[in-house]
Amino acid sequence: MTNHWIDIRNSDVILIMGSNPASNHPIAFKWITAAMEKGAKVICVDPRFTQSAAKSHIYAPLRSGTDIAFLGGMIKYILDNKLYFEEYVRNYTNATFLVNPDLKLPGDNNGVFSGLTDGKYDKSTWSYQTEGDGRIKKDPTMQDPNCVFQLLKKHYSRYTPEVVNQVTGTPVDKLIEIYKLYGSTGTKDRSAVELYAMGWTQHTVGTQNIRTMCMIQLLLGNMGVPGGGVAAMRGESNVQGSTDHGLLFHIWPGYLGTPKASLATLAAYLEKETPSTKEPNSLNWWKNKPKYVASFLRAMYGTNVTLDEAYNLLPKIDDGANYSWLNLFDQMYKGKFTGFFAWGMNPACSGAHSNKVRQAMTRLDWLVNVNLFDNETGSFWRGPGMDPKKIKTEVFLLPCAASIEKEGSIINSGRWNQWRYKAINPPGVALPDGDITSEIYFKVKGLYEKEGGPNADAITKLSWNYGPKTFDGHFHFDPHAVAKEINGVFLEDKTVENPTKPGEFKEFKKGDPVPTFAWLQDDGSTSSGCWVYCGSYTDKNMSARREGKKDPTGIGLYPEWAWAWPVNRRILYNGASVDPEGNPWSAKKAAIKWSGDKWVGDVPDGAGNPGSGRPPFIMKPDGVASIFGPGLADGPFPEHYEPLECPVEKNVLSPQKNNPTIKRFDKPGVGSDLDVYSGVDSCDPKYPFICATYRISEHWQTGVLTRWCPWLAEMQPEMWCEMSKELAKERGISNGDKVIVSSPRGQVECVAIVTPRFKPFNIDGNILHEVGIPWHFGWITTKDRSYNPGDKKAEVFTRGDAANLLVPTIGDANTTIPESKAFMVNVVKK
Amino acid sequence: MDVSRRGFLKIAGGTLAVGGIGFRPSLAHAEPLKIQYAKETTTICPYCSVGCSIIVSTRNGKVVNTEGDPDSPINRGSLCTKGGSIYQMANNENRLGKPLYRAPYATEWKEVDWEWTLDRIAENVKKSRDKSFRATNDKGEVVNRTEGIASVGSAALDNEECFVYQKFLRGLGLVYIEHQARI
Repeated sequence: MTNHWIDIRNSDVILIMGSNPASNHPIAFKWITAAMEKGAKVICVDPRFTQSAAKSHIYAPLRSGTDIAFLGGMIKYILDNKLYFEEYVRNYTNATFLVNPDLKLPGDNNGVFSGLTDGKYDKSTWSYQTEGDGRIKKDPTMQDPNCVFQLLKKHYSRYTPEVVNQVTGTPVDKLIEIYKLYGSTGTKDRSAVELYAMGWTQHTVGTQNIRTMCMIQLLLGNMGVPGGGVAAMRGESNVQGSTDHGLLFHIWPGYLGTPKASLATLAAYLEKETPSTKEPNSLNWWKNKPKYVASFLRAMYGTNVTLDEAYNLLPKIDDGANYSWLNLFDQMYKGKFTGFFAWGMNPACSGAHSNKVRQAMTRLDWLVNVNLFDNETGSFWRGPGMDPKKIKTEVFLLPCAASIEKEGSIINSGRWNQWRYKAINPPGVALPDGDITSEIYFKVKGLYEKEGGPNADAITKLSWNYGPKTFDGHFHFDPHAVAKEINGVFLEDKTVENPTKPGEFKEFKKGDPVPTFAWLQDDGSTSSGCWVYCGSYTDKNMSARREGKKDPTGIGLYPEWAWAWPVNRRILYNGASVDPEGNPWSAKKAAIKWSGDKWVGDVPDGAGNPGSGRPPFIMKPDGVASIFGPGLADGPFPEHYEPLECPVEKNVLSPQKNNPTIKRFDKPGVGSDLDVYSGVDSCDPKYPFICATYRISEHWQTGVLTRWCPWLAEMQPEMWCEMSKELAKERGISNGDKVIVSSPRGQVECVAIVTPRFKPFNIDGNILHEVGIPWHFGWITTKDRSYNPGDKKAEVFTRGDAANLLVPTIGDANTTIPESKAFMVNVVKK
Repeated sequence: MDVSRRGFLKIAGGTLAVGGIGFRPSLAHAEPLKIQYAKETTTICPYCSVGCSIIVSTRNGKVVNTEGDPDSPINRGSLCTKGGSIYQMANNENRLGKPLYRAPYATEWKEVDWEWTLDRIAENVKKSRDKSFRATNDKGEVVNRTEGIASVGSAALDNEECFVYQKFLRGLGLVYIEHQARI
């Protein structure tokens, strides 16, 4: 989230699209309700009339996978009716930048941007015109036909309400009503927030769904202001933290890119990865990247090796290669891995195309699964259709401590890092995950010290000072020691110039915490495990602060409750909440104010002294936010493409039906025999219905924890398929009937829930049905599976298996997040 | 009996009054709170990402109550169905309390001890790593990576555990490192 949960209270309009907070983030609705009590209007756009829709002022249906068409139409409406916040757009975005005249837009180029060859874009025409000194050419009047603003206008001129209606199925009057209301926030005093979750990410155009909304927020001046922003409502308690800490193939902690093989040395890496700018007023904060990289390398290896050696020891990825989830399981299915850690995860139910995932695990020599309960991953070898006697995989199911049985921090969607305390011991001999990691690390290290092996220093030289060995020979993991390492310390006595007050110096002693990331050094004299957390554990544990009453600004920042990254800032980009002279756009909703010699309010973000001319989006090299975004794989402006599996023959907007840059796993030599799709080129009558997976309040993710909790299992015991009355009638299905939902990948038995919450879509004259299934179920907690002596048996049984058995192996062009929100199925009465 | 509304209230009131006289004074007090003499710690809900604060009351090493923490400005004491059920995470006889091992081609789990388990995992890790380690790629560029081991997880870990886990994996040379954020 750019802002935070409580800040939703400050919004005038709230758009719920791509999410269902009333069901999935229930307590967040407290703040939506608080906004409504102050007069805010709530809009919900969803294929289904959700619990959130029931609480909204306006509900509009849209067919799954057509969000860009819907939002593109909103951009057109905002531009046509001059609802945009012109001063903001001109000063704080790249709308004035002049683009290469050779750029071709999809409307003039058969639905694709210029530069497409073999499913990949050569982005050379997605560039800016420059002056002789390298500065970007701009037109402050935004009239030049090649300026971003005019290109935006041209691109979305095709997204008329009528065309949008043909694509989305949303009635035209609803479109206009919503566009008008949302567009009303393009004024200084009004702000709007958008709340999204997996309803936007799980599409082949997922990243562009979100980008379209970011563009709208920029056009309306809603980014960086209280009550504004784009709110990614994350699904796991610490998925923000696990991402911050780089548990993904493409990033090291702190969003530093994983080094590529072509960058042989640290110097080459820093040269390539550190952005530069020719814009004279731009701060270009990422110019500090070498400090964060050096401090991360120190946090990995301490001073056991030099920075250059540390860089060399760490693994490199091949240029252009993608090691993400879908590819990982594809490679596993093809026998690439002998070993696999599924740590605090249940991919046998959470992975798209779960049958492929389950089969893939039979090709492993060993699997380590760490969890609180028995689950479909650890027990995959005895799941449906498996013959244990034929499965070679050696499996270790390790018991770990639950959240209240250990100490440490987690960070919420609003980037508030909160400390949790240990209440009780874990059951039996279960251990905290940190202890288990430490134990395995020291065992492996011991083997390499004794026997040697390739690149052994990479393991043996890691710094690992997280607590003493206890009397019984085990390693206790001290989260405070790690939290201090993540924050960062000085590794030597050093006098450092104050980064914000030139000429003033401060002395640090070896071991002193680094106060904030501005003090980190690029010469190896500081360490910091994750630079964005620098400041979280200094002279005290800032995340453990519990002053929940103090609200000095009155806008709900609560700056002394926990700690937010970066530098306890609660509203990102708040430098854009003031005009170029430093006056808050809205006196009623000021995130920061200039007091005469400094900013007060929230911790300022990017704001220079008033009148300094510094553009506030300092994480972008040129200092302004990107309405034109050449960084993405599939286009500098979002364009509507149909889901890979879809119920329509043609894309109404262009001859290009699907996102041209997605990786298809059904192509020869790419995926596997199991990777089959339906209705890609032409609709497949065998699978006529759109299907989306969703969540409910009573269960969490695959249900790996909640299915074992009797209260929750009793409330929601069974897999279902929700469908419209019209579809049920067509298929002779009654409420409560057993049905089989199938795709070319698999099938799941469900109970039919026939409701008016789904309505058939009229798409360009055709009646189309959409159904929905929850993804919380799995076979391990069912009564009818076979139990061995000593097996754990749920107190309250659940029924049904994973929704992901049906989902195709296809991902977003940028993130490769699977398309679980729009794929094709059939539903028949059992 | 034909009883008017007014008459019913009279009878009911009389019954209550009679009942009240019959109680001994000590029983007229409320029962002691179930959290009396309990130790309180705070935690953050492990489910969605709102970050609701929860008070956990324990007595003699057992969780006796969990409830929303009114001091948190985020949830101000409220919890949803899942957050309200944390009690059952601690008081749950189905929690795994011992490492389980499934040998190749075996049809059942076997309970094992940590020492044996950790030794066996470490041996497997070393074997897989040494067999699949590549110092250079096909182009001859230095890559220093372990290609034969993959990892997924976890957004369910604390920050400190995430950092240490990625340290372990990258130290081993893994590049196939993924988790919930990708799905």
